[in-house]
Amino acid sequence: MNTFLGYALPGIPYGCDFALMAVGLVITFRTTGVFNLAFGAQAFAAAFIFDLLVRSQGLPVWAAFVVAVLVVSPALGWSFDRLLFRHIPTASTTAKVVSAVGLLIAIPQTLPVLFGSTPRLDPPSLWLDPSRIVFHLFSTPVNGGELSTTVITVGVVLAVVVFLRRSPVGLEMRAVVESRRLAQLQGIDAARVSAGAWALSSAMAGLAGVLLLPLTAELVPSDPLQFTSLLVAGLTAAAVAGMRSITGALGAAVALGVLESLLRAVLPSGVLAQAVIPAFPFVVLVATLVGSPRLRQLERRADPLVGVDPPPAPPATSVRDRRLEAPMRWGFRLLVVAFVVSGLTWVPGYWVTSLSEGLALSVVFLSITLITGQSGQLSLCQATFAGIGAFGAGQLAAHLGLSVLVGAVVGGLIAAGAGAFLALLAMRISGLLLTLLTLAFALFADQFLFQYTWSGGGLSGVVVPRPVIGPIDFGSDRSFMMLALVVLMLCAGLVLLVQRGTTGRYLAAMRGSETGAASLGINLLRARATVFAMSAGLAGVGGAMFGSLYHSVSAPSFDYVYSLAFVVVVVSTGARRVEGAIQAGMAYALIALALTYAPSRLDGIEPVLFALGAMTYAAHPEGIVEYQKRKWLARVSRLLAAADARRGAPGARPGLVGTSEAAHAGHG
Amino acid sequence: MTADASRAGPVLELRDVSAGYGTYRALFGVSLSVPAGAIVALVGSNGAGKSTLARVATGLVAATSGTVLVGGREVTKTAAHHIARLGVAHVPEGRGIFGDLDVEENLVLALRRRVGRATLRQALDRAYATFPVLSTRRHQRAGTLSGGEQRMLSLAAVLVARARLVVADELSLGLAPAVVDSVYRGLEAIHAQGTALLVVEQQVDRALAIAQHAVVLVRGSVSWQGEPSEARAEMERHLTAGYAPPG
Repeated sequence: MNTFLGYALPGIPYGCDFALMAVGLVITFRTTGVFNLAFGAQAFAAAFIFDLLVRSQGLPVWAAFVVAVLVVSPALGWSFDRLLFRHIPTASTTAKVVSAVGLLIAIPQTLPVLFGSTPRLDPPSLWLDPSRIVFHLFSTPVNGGELSTTVITVGVVLAVVVFLRRSPVGLEMRAVVESRRLAQLQGIDAARVSAGAWALSSAMAGLAGVLLLPLTAELVPSDPLQFTSLLVAGLTAAAVAGMRSITGALGAAVALGVLESLLRAVLPSGVLAQAVIPAFPFVVLVATLVGSPRLRQLERRADPLVGVDPPPAPPATSVRDRRLEAPMRWGFRLLVVAFVVSGLTWVPGYWVTSLSEGLALSVVFLSITLITGQSGQLSLCQATFAGIGAFGAGQLAAHLGLSVLVGAVVGGLIAAGAGAFLALLAMRISGLLLTLLTLAFALFADQFLFQYTWSGGGLSGVVVPRPVIGPIDFGSDRSFMMLALVVLMLCAGLVLLVQRGTTGRYLAAMRGSETGAASLGINLLRARATVFAMSAGLAGVGGAMFGSLYHSVSAPSFDYVYSLAFVVVVVSTGARRVEGAIQAGMAYALIALALTYAPSRLDGIEPVLFALGAMTYAAHPEGIVEYQKRKWLARVSRLLAAADARRGAPGARPGLVGTSEAAHAGHG
Repeated sequence: MTADASRAGPVLELRDVSAGYGTYRALFGVSLSVPAGAIVALVGSNGAGKSTLARVATGLVAATSGTVLVGGREVTKTAAHHIARLGVAHVPEGRGIFGDLDVEENLVLALRRRVGRATLRQALDRAYATFPVLSTRRHQRAGTLSGGEQRMLSLAAVLVARARLVVADELSLGLAPAVVDSVYRGLEAIHAQGTALLVVEQQVDRALAIAQHAVVLVRGSVSWQGEPSEARAEMERHLTAGYAPPG
């Protein structure tokens, strides 16, 4: 018995590590109604500032704690509400998640730009010395770090529970999240209450960040959640608690921690243990997301006063003068020719690599045009699909000697299979839960699927050779760029065909309303499996091209963070149209290229730009770049019309071409 | 009760109010007043703009033009929660309570600001005394109450808070006739303590039976106002207008 407890005991502080994350997610969701993926960013910001103050400014630990957790964190949460979420109360859950992903990427990248990054050696601890053994329990040593994490976590969680249940402000927070309008009718200042809720949950995030700091070797802005395993475990505990119960989330987190350390102790070390332990939390997470009836009820809860606020304005329609059509078509052709000619002649070599990367990424981004733009489903695992395609092409070339182009197609098909499998797995869920399932899949691939030599190739990665078609060898960068251009054109054409065809209309109907689509006789499961498979296939082909460009790829190239970044990039340039994906791909590559000329301090500012774009997604679901473009087109058309009117041209109404979203998605 | 109440100025007054949702306009220059302590019935067909008018009165929907006054004070641009603190209660159409909170929490939320913390306990006791069914369900989630019980809960809070004006939107919607009776008894109890009522109804007979004044809304404009007993004929005239009998 004692040995059993001895094995279980280390699981408690380990569980507490991600309990804070789980509780934070639940609290933010319950008090603000936003599934706050930016929680990690808030934790990162607090940890960064705490570290900065203690190390560089020499502040005592308690003072740094007060500044980082009790001042900066609530201020950050308050500003999230003030600048972003307050303005989109009627936006869909998905739109709010996109905004949160934007924040998740922007905040940690901004901090080093503002304050500079410092190398870290020994992280400051909050309370007890982490390495000192405080006492022995069941003959297991308990050190200061474990003790302080457990005591502080449990204490804070209980305090928050009491606050929400017993205090008048807590009551108002719960009322506001259910119905902002109804709360106002009771005399409650809903705006102030939700700003307070954001400040509270942000302080929780800050506390989590500072507590987790001793576990962190290095503060990396590109992975603000630091421990992918913490994110998985935190999500799992929050899901098990049904996103509702705070004590449930704490209990689930501790139980998960204990189970995992028991598994570690009981299973014989070897292949089995290596496979079972990392997969364990995923099994629980996926089973909960897919099977929990309590989670499915989350999206059904409706605000009784939902009709009071007008629905978000429809995307601006694209209106342009007929006379603009021909110049735009010729302009586009000229651009392609100029691109080909310059690519083959004067452009320097490292630019060619960047441009090719842009082309390959554009193919991956087209997959987002299909799944998010056309069917309205937010997927956070597109980089994973790209990885499956790249690894598939590489492994097939290495083991079967398949040509890379064939390998890219087969790799794409494998990715499509994975996509279809994911859609079938998610048969009974949709919206936010499906998005979380895709995130779980991305994290699963990072931690598990891509970690083997037969898939991700281990540390050395997988070699993806350049293709050879008959006499043409695409070994040179310039010729490969032309190939990438052709592949992109083919894929873009394919997406256009899908968008204009029956499938595209089915998907657009699904984007509008799943219930409505089902009532029209659309088989949702089949439509969703189709769009997931097509989109995953496209991403796979793009991934293979990406791999072939750089000759070899390894698991970190397709980290889940890239999936988040890809979504953010595409929704800000325009997820609804093919051009949006291509603009996104080129911008992604070219801005990175341009930044190589900028001072190194500005590294990482590029994702910030796109993340800012993504935050406008709720207001402009067609993409902020696309929105601006439409506005300008409309302006030019008006000017032309006004000129006509002055000249007294025949025909009172100038020939305007209006395009609706679903029907016409082509390039002018 | 009504005689002395009519001496005071109107508790709610709308002057030439227009409003809508986004690009859609629902009200066109509506003027209306509710004298203190009076019951005004606002009737009209589906889509006439009744609920919009109720929402403009309590600040949920902003008027695009015109003036809204509560107790003689202009509140056209005032936020809904400030209007609520002036003693205006709005019982919205459909579910007017927080389904995730329990019965007592709903009452506390509605009463704490209106009666003050010191007398909160007594106010709760009075609510339970008036609607005994609620006291047996204190700690039940309000979303699991029946439709009638949910209306009772909204009314209990309003009754005990002694609001100056209650805007009741479609109280009878979806309720069994016997339940509607008890809901209207609740409304009359609220009126008996001096509260003015603006009763918005599609089931006109119930509202007209208790009102002293009736307003008929047709396609976003006031088409007629006057004695409740004559409102019925007026409405029927509108329903049959434009319909030419064959022959």
